[in-house]
Amino acid sequence: MQFTLNGKRVRVDAHPMARLLDVLRESCGLTGTKEGCGEGECGACTVLIDRAPVNACLVPFAQVAKAHVTTIEGLRGRHPLQRAFAELGGAQCGICTPGMILAAVALGPRPSTSAIKTGLAGNICRCTGYSAIYRSVQRAGAHARVRR
Amino acid sequence: MLGSVADRQLFEPRTLRDALRMLDQEGPLVPMAGCTDLYVSLNFGTLTATRFLNLWGLDELRSIAVPDGVLSIGALCTYTDIIRSRAVRVRLPMLAAAAREIGGPQIQNRGTLGGNVANASPAGDTLPVLAAADAVVVAASSAGTRRIPFVEFYTGYRQTLLAANELIVAVEIPRVRGRQWFRKVGTRAAQAISKVVMAAIDDSGGDPPRIAVGSVGPTVLRLPSTEAALAAGAKVDEAQRLLLEEIAPIDDVRSTAEYRRRVVVNLLATFWKSRR
Amino acid sequence: MLRKDGLEKVAGTAKYIDDLTFPNLLHARTIRSTIPVGEITGIAFNFDTEGFTVVDHRDVPGRNIVALIDDDQPCLVERTVRHVAEPILILAHSDRRRLAAADVRIDYRPAVPNYDPAASSVSFKSVAIDKGDLDAGFSAADAIVEGEYRVGSQEQLYIEPNGMVAVPADDGRGITVYGSMQCPYYVHRALTVLLGFPSERVRIVQTETGGAFGGKEEYPSIIAGHAALAALKARRPVKLVYDRVEDMIATTKRHPGLIRHRTGIRRDGRLTAMDVDVLLDGGAYATLSAVVLSRGVLHASGPYRCDNIRIRGRVMMTNTPPNGAFRGFGAPQTQFAIEVHMDRIAAALNLDPVRLRDRNALRPGDTTATGQRMGADCSAREVLREAVKRTGFAKRRKALAGTNKGIGLSLFFHGSGFTGAGETKLASKASLALTKRGARILVANTEMGQGTRTMLAQIVADTLGVAYDDVEVNAADTGEVPNSGPTVASRTCMIVGRLLERCALEMRDRLAGLSPRAYLRRHGPLVVTKQYEKPPEMDWDESTYRGDAYGSFGWACDVIEVEVDRDTWAVRPIKLTTVHEVGKAIHPTLVAGQIEGGTAQGLGWALLEDVIMRDGRMVNHTMTTYIVPTTLDTPDMDIVVMERPYKHGPFGAKGVGEMPIDGPAPAVVNALRHAGFDLREIPATPEKLMSCSSR
Repeated sequence: MQFTLNGKRVRVDAHPMARLLDVLRESCGLTGTKEGCGEGECGACTVLIDRAPVNACLVPFAQVAKAHVTTIEGLRGRHPLQRAFAELGGAQCGICTPGMILAAVALGPRPSTSAIKTGLAGNICRCTGYSAIYRSVQRAGAHARVRR
Repeated sequence: MLGSVADRQLFEPRTLRDALRMLDQEGPLVPMAGCTDLYVSLNFGTLTATRFLNLWGLDELRSIAVPDGVLSIGALCTYTDIIRSRAVRVRLPMLAAAAREIGGPQIQNRGTLGGNVANASPAGDTLPVLAAADAVVVAASSAGTRRIPFVEFYTGYRQTLLAANELIVAVEIPRVRGRQWFRKVGTRAAQAISKVVMAAIDDSGGDPPRIAVGSVGPTVLRLPSTEAALAAGAKVDEAQRLLLEEIAPIDDVRSTAEYRRRVVVNLLATFWKSRR
Repeated sequence: MLRKDGLEKVAGTAKYIDDLTFPNLLHARTIRSTIPVGEITGIAFNFDTEGFTVVDHRDVPGRNIVALIDDDQPCLVERTVRHVAEPILILAHSDRRRLAAADVRIDYRPAVPNYDPAASSVSFKSVAIDKGDLDAGFSAADAIVEGEYRVGSQEQLYIEPNGMVAVPADDGRGITVYGSMQCPYYVHRALTVLLGFPSERVRIVQTETGGAFGGKEEYPSIIAGHAALAALKARRPVKLVYDRVEDMIATTKRHPGLIRHRTGIRRDGRLTAMDVDVLLDGGAYATLSAVVLSRGVLHASGPYRCDNIRIRGRVMMTNTPPNGAFRGFGAPQTQFAIEVHMDRIAAALNLDPVRLRDRNALRPGDTTATGQRMGADCSAREVLREAVKRTGFAKRRKALAGTNKGIGLSLFFHGSGFTGAGETKLASKASLALTKRGARILVANTEMGQGTRTMLAQIVADTLGVAYDDVEVNAADTGEVPNSGPTVASRTCMIVGRLLERCALEMRDRLAGLSPRAYLRRHGPLVVTKQYEKPPEMDWDESTYRGDAYGSFGWACDVIEVEVDRDTWAVRPIKLTTVHEVGKAIHPTLVAGQIEGGTAQGLGWALLEDVIMRDGRMVNHTMTTYIVPTTLDTPDMDIVVMERPYKHGPFGAKGVGEMPIDGPAPAVVNALRHAGFDLREIPATPEKLMSCSSR
């Protein structure tokens, strides 16, 4: 099936009902998207579909047929959020980080603290207590240009 | 996770008509929308069905419109669609309030109103809203369309009037007069399953009050005796006594029957006392 | 300063065990008991076993035990089952579908389980601490206050579940295991015993670990053993990774407990006698229970001075999955009790809870329950006063009285490093190798998010006088690094950091002004190794439990404001202030990270997290039903870090990893008391508050 992955049109052979999470990790070799719970609770598998954050463990592969999927690899390490998370303690063990950063990307530039908390409510972090994540998002927002 | 993908077959209609035809000819098929409940069951191996119908591409089921003052919400509208809809915010704000409290952004971007209704969980967060507002479920099959009053839609625990070859295509909500009230009591502040969930409309618009509760019985419940008593001018504590007779909460992994009883009567009082 | 692994983690390129590929890999699955206690009477395979590797206890080449402290836990059940989810068989196959579908039927002769530690007849450990004359202390008291306090279990809930890949050596007499873990040398020892291989034929390599919190201290030895047994039998690499449900049901958790206090107090608020009884539930096997109990009882009288103290502790066996290490390791449990008890004492005697604590807090020169004399870095009163001042505590207490809000505090401390002679027994070694640009750190201590690589590199860079970017940290690979001890007990900075500081000091001397490159060209390779040296003034008697229990203590005070919903009794933490005295904050961002993260976990334990057991099995075993805090459940935190250097820590640092989790639960319960709820246990769920309102 064809779909757009990190800006490129790709063709991937996988069962239409395979979880998008497994297609990304196994068929595409992109292991940045993680499995923490398999039930859409932890958000570690968050990817963007048409710029909206979703849990890839709950998305059937068939349903991304006409969609643009963005994984953490699609940010190529160059998004201001990535630098901010690395510098300000937003990442500790790092397992929730890819999903957290993608959910934060979807907040847009300069989100309010309240918007950050609501926008990241679907991402569980067990290490940071979230404070450093807010600081990271705010720091990135301070440097943000409007990105597509 | 459990469950093998290789055994599953997915039918992919391009139109609603296709989908209904497939349900007739290839059924039984499990309809698949946002999959936020379905894929949890598949991942954990509690759903062993092997034939599925992918509704996600049916854009005709995604519209929100207000024909003749009736708010019509397509079955494939996601919670995010509902939260962002001006029509919903103006006409049925308690539905937007409910949508905002379901899961987190990831679930809201995928979970659909039709899915919430069809899934028939007693804890479904939109269900008390639809019950209190006397919504109508629009169901389609290859034989045509019928409209089912929401309050009749559930016949038992996780059981609906929907036939195997029918799909929910929309939910219609007639104009609501009176102030809308919604409260979800979850296990935590976000990403929580309800312990108690209540939606209500007061009498400030001239209609008698309507109250519906979830997670306190095998289905979402309207409270006819409680409503009638309040409409007749009963005091809150009398209404609370009647309320307790209309619900059947249980102990489960999330909470206790006793807690649910006490919270529901508190919520009733808070709702009624907040009338202007 | 960028953390060492930061760029890989934010880019998604850091490799956790499930991300790694190995050629010729088999997948494995654990078949576990479904009863809490009994004997296995039959095992039947209701599937086509072609292509399967099946491992049972008879396949253990060495000793079928999980070598840790006691030798009571089998790696695979022989015949007697002692808890639900006890591992019986390992199946391996290349096809995950066939592996998942394999239907194994096990027949049992069940026996009668015991789930009540108070009714158990098997004690893993008991400890007695005595100071002064308890009877005299009670005689001198004007009042006596008693109380019973209960703490629930807690699941570590690292977002990356347990996982291992075992790769057998070609000759079948060696093994390499890669995986998620805190203590490579614990796994190393366990596997040499299990497999009967010599030390040098077992190699353990830690992969990037997605959270641990103690849950990957001892448990990895079991999953590594299972993967290794399967790999050796199949003669192929085997991957064993748990899903969330299995991880919740089968792996270790915090010891739940019941703590009783009986306290004598003078009218002026001075404690005259403290009698404490600690009962912990160890689950079915000993694991680390003895050490959890030890730390628990050593913190049971709190950061207070009292001349007459008696503490009794025991940890008992029950037919539930064994409990094990979780951040705090006994101290959160016992400090919950003493801090809630102190507020009840204050209420009973109409004393101000701050003044009660200030009057009794340890000061330099005072002695603890074991007779350890506090030094100049004893900061109990300082953290208390700072927290109280910063929050306007007295004023808030008055302002919130009689409302549905409350404000409460807890004063707590935490000993760094292993108890007593533990560090001496560990005899940790750390090495530093000179490189062309700087140095390479060789330790077995692991990064699990807390910043080990970063903090140790910073210590070496600052001491050696090279750039932080020129200090590398070797992988925690037992084939390459010395045994610097486990990454537990808040010891990594204070003990191992200090070893590396000494290495770097010697290396700097040996360089004598030469650049690393020039030195290597002139003299060849240089590796400096240092071993733990007990501070001469530390003196501990394990048989009497008297003396210097820890090299140093950290000190902290939490103040929290909460609101109780009038309709639902749900508790909303509004604001938390915490003051931590940690000796020296080597890397302020990392220290803040430990305080904020540990505090959030403490709040989760206090309010949301409940391990619900039915018939010996955890029934809320998903992330939907086991509730940890989201962003919207976590309050804003005001963190203050104070520094009072500890002479034997690197740059004066003590530990900080665990202390933060000791304080939030009692602070919350004390705030709830202020709001009118007489609660003496956690989790403080709305259902519990509903039944204990004293208004």
